[in-house]
Amino acid sequence: MIDTWTWLTGRLTLDSLPFVTAWQSPTASTLIGVAAASLVVLGAAATVLLLTWFRLWTPLWRDWLTSVDHKRIGIMYVVLALVMLLRGVLEGVVMRAQQAAGLGGGFLTPDHFGELFSTHGTIMIFFVAMPFVAGLINFVMPLQIGARDVSFPVMNQISLGMTAAAAMLVMISLVVGQFSTGGWTAYPPYTGRDFQPGPGPDYWIWSIVIAGIGSTLSGINFAVTIYKERAPGMTFFRMPLFTWTALCAAIILIFAMPPLTVAALMLAADRTLDFHFFTNDLGGNMMNFINLFWLFGHPEVYLLVLPAYGVFSEVIATFSGKRLFGYPSLVWATLVISVLSFTVWLHHFFTMGQGANVNVAFGIATMLIAVPTGVKVYDWMATMFRGRIRLTTPMVYSAGFLILFVIGGLTGVILANPSIDYQVHNSLFLVAHFHNVLIPGVLFGMLAGYHYWFPKAFGFRLNESWGKIAALLWILGFSLTFMPLYVVGLMGMPRRSVSYTDPAFEPFMLVSVVGAAVILAAVGALAVQLFVSIRDRRANAVFAGDPWNGRTLEWFTSCPPPPYNFAVIPEVTQRDAFAVAKAYGGAYQDPPQFEDIEVPKNTALGFVLCVAAGSFGFAMVFYLWWLAVLSLLVVLVSVIASSFEEETGRILPSAEVARDHRRWLEAVRAASPVDRTKEESPENRGHAARELPEGVV
Amino acid sequence: MARFRFQVRRHAQFFFALVACGCSYDGGSLLDPKGAIAFSQRAHLYEVTAVTMIAVLPVLLLVPLLLWRYRYRNRAASYAPDWDASRGLDLVMWGVPFAIVAVAGTLLWRSTIALDPYRPIDPAGAATRVQVVGLDWKWLFLYPDDGIATIGELAFPASKPLALDLTSDTVMQSFMIGALGGQVYAMPGMRTKLHLVADDHGRFTGENMQYSGNGFHTQKFVASARSDAEFADWLRAVRERAVPLDAAAYSVLSERSTKDELRKVFKDALLDDGTVAFRIDDPDLFDRIIVRYRGAAPVSPDVQPGSPAYRVTPSAGDRP
Repeated sequence: MIDTWTWLTGRLTLDSLPFVTAWQSPTASTLIGVAAASLVVLGAAATVLLLTWFRLWTPLWRDWLTSVDHKRIGIMYVVLALVMLLRGVLEGVVMRAQQAAGLGGGFLTPDHFGELFSTHGTIMIFFVAMPFVAGLINFVMPLQIGARDVSFPVMNQISLGMTAAAAMLVMISLVVGQFSTGGWTAYPPYTGRDFQPGPGPDYWIWSIVIAGIGSTLSGINFAVTIYKERAPGMTFFRMPLFTWTALCAAIILIFAMPPLTVAALMLAADRTLDFHFFTNDLGGNMMNFINLFWLFGHPEVYLLVLPAYGVFSEVIATFSGKRLFGYPSLVWATLVISVLSFTVWLHHFFTMGQGANVNVAFGIATMLIAVPTGVKVYDWMATMFRGRIRLTTPMVYSAGFLILFVIGGLTGVILANPSIDYQVHNSLFLVAHFHNVLIPGVLFGMLAGYHYWFPKAFGFRLNESWGKIAALLWILGFSLTFMPLYVVGLMGMPRRSVSYTDPAFEPFMLVSVVGAAVILAAVGALAVQLFVSIRDRRANAVFAGDPWNGRTLEWFTSCPPPPYNFAVIPEVTQRDAFAVAKAYGGAYQDPPQFEDIEVPKNTALGFVLCVAAGSFGFAMVFYLWWLAVLSLLVVLVSVIASSFEEETGRILPSAEVARDHRRWLEAVRAASPVDRTKEESPENRGHAARELPEGVV
Repeated sequence: MARFRFQVRRHAQFFFALVACGCSYDGGSLLDPKGAIAFSQRAHLYEVTAVTMIAVLPVLLLVPLLLWRYRYRNRAASYAPDWDASRGLDLVMWGVPFAIVAVAGTLLWRSTIALDPYRPIDPAGAATRVQVVGLDWKWLFLYPDDGIATIGELAFPASKPLALDLTSDTVMQSFMIGALGGQVYAMPGMRTKLHLVADDHGRFTGENMQYSGNGFHTQKFVASARSDAEFADWLRAVRERAVPLDAAAYSVLSERSTKDELRKVFKDALLDDGTVAFRIDDPDLFDRIIVRYRGAAPVSPDVQPGSPAYRVTPSAGDRP
């Protein structure tokens, strides 16, 4: 009888549910597992209930899930990133607490701890940093280049769908079965079938593969958009720096994602089809996986941090009230970093037994990246020099970034030395280093961008007081959490240790857990800020479009912009096109005539593919072959069917465009121009007064 | 408060455990080196940090200064909104980091070649040869020249360099004695090398740095650098207690277990400090462990050490 049902249920059993295992053996570890699973289930249930209660299903479907507007897709990416950030931070706090109590014990089982560091890393890289970056690029880049949308709006929706499906798969792993304990890098043979026969590594594989396809498509979309959709007159060297970094990130995505997707699929072939790419026996070689993984993994960190550099370039120039210093330098530094990022992957395994000369070559290549990065830091400082700096929230993040990031750079240069890396590789020193570049670098950049462009997305400014509290808590929390880890790393404590016996580590771990609590408070402050800002949205509305005295084209339209972004595509004659237009009185002019605008029509394709990809991933994890085949069929049929759709756009008549445009211009004229002393007050309705040096009229 | 008392008790236990076994335990690490290689590594760490500080320090000082001096309300400071280029500054910004990297790169080159773990340490001919096999979750030390093997302690005469061959008979692991030098991966089917030397007698922490499952955090050992006489005594003590490392014994080692669990199995083979002692009569054991993965025959999970499916109970006396 049982055999007849295995085709239906695969390797799903009742024991796959944490509720069942906790019932059978209630310990601190299993109960924490249940709490986490309950959070997912209750969170999903609460979302469904709220949507039903406020009758939001229709707007959700019509305005968001089926939308192909790059701005809405960008916002959905950021929402996904913030939800996953919450889970990632909670996991980090539990791990810090475990190690704080970990002298000879602790409350988690080694297995549970292994799952935690694996999901924490996987989530933070693939489902927080990547969607946050993709979201910001999606929202901002087309506006910055004066485009009406990305080149392939439907493909954009599909990219989001793939990322969301993969994130969902990782969330499901909390409720059904176990995630891998092989870390975010999933090195075989430990993640091979011989050593982890359960579904854990398959969760990792399929979420990575599905997200990887989405990211590759995103990369193609961004690059083509920047090549083909720039406003007339916007040459490459007139593009805002954030767009430059978006272009480089897109190119890195295109080249770096395939090795990861291929490596993960090869690992899947090892596990399910009895292949021997990375096994111990029959000619398999785990070193090939490690090479392929880091061939992706190292460019990956640059594709994350470059857009953050882009945000800082925009933020520092805007809030210093100055042109960006050394624009050509910054562009070339970005390009140099993009190229060098592909030449350093071996520094992730100096200790794998290759010759010293190979290590020297990759060590020096790694150090070389410090040159363009250093140039950038000093360019930003020169931008602040002789500026008029307003310490708004994004600027607080930027200042924190500059100071903390150079410490991460210093430890990066240290790690680039093979002779030192032999000692601190795989230690908490390394953990401290990459958190030091990912939190002050990527995350602060993304949060600065979130704060900077939020008014553009929703039409009102975020609360500055809570924003500054959150930023300061992040800076303090990061420092307290990770600076001690540098020390214990130098003392030789291996990463991923569930417990330890050396009492010398303990004081550092106790400081670190306090830092984790501060980070949790920072996340809380961000939530409060969002709540307060939504409550006060009318007082802080900035429909006129320019709350920060912006310099680039995204501020040259209303907040939020119309679906087509610009009623008339702006002509660009110089860098900082909007600042130039404001200086010479060219901004806010009524155009001589309006034209009909075609915008892409909504489609459900991305949503259908999201569901199908998610169920395909789940099916592959639990060997539900019928569901896998069915999901692939849905993918195939829906893609083919949608290609028969002839009407992919809808026309917005010129009268409507003209009406919206005039409404915006009236709002601009109605809003009195404010100088920067009133930037954070309700008087700031999004119309900026000119800033002139003393004595200039 | 209760928790605090509990901690104190645990610390005290740790301390008394050390006193009770009558040994001084140095631990040692990159910050507290006990051998020439590790000393050079620490010196290199300080050099690189100092050189890089040339670029880092100005940022730490100037960012707060710039934020203060050019704050919005300070109308005394000059304001140059269109100033965006300076050939001289560009030259400094690119030139100084390049110079730093040129210096640091030279240091990197020289230290990497000098401290290459594959480079034998003089007098190379006299080095103590030990073969290290990574298992879940313990290190097995084979002394092919002495016909013994141990788990829990890697002893060697401090007067001579130590020449290690590494492999793994399970997943990838990373072998490190921080007090003496850095780590090198141990991988199944492959041989890697590590050369170390101690300055003086001492007992240092050795560990696996590469996560390898539930018992990973317990995979530590003591590396003890001894005087020649002490080392000879130790060898004698090991030989006295040693049980043969035959197929049956090796299959017990092959299962997932911690050192403490092993000690219960090999009660008769323990030295006073808990080191498990074995006798080996096959000088090629290490090579055979490697070669098994290189052949045309598959190594299925039930004969793969470290796999949860590992199930082998060969009879005593067989070759492992």
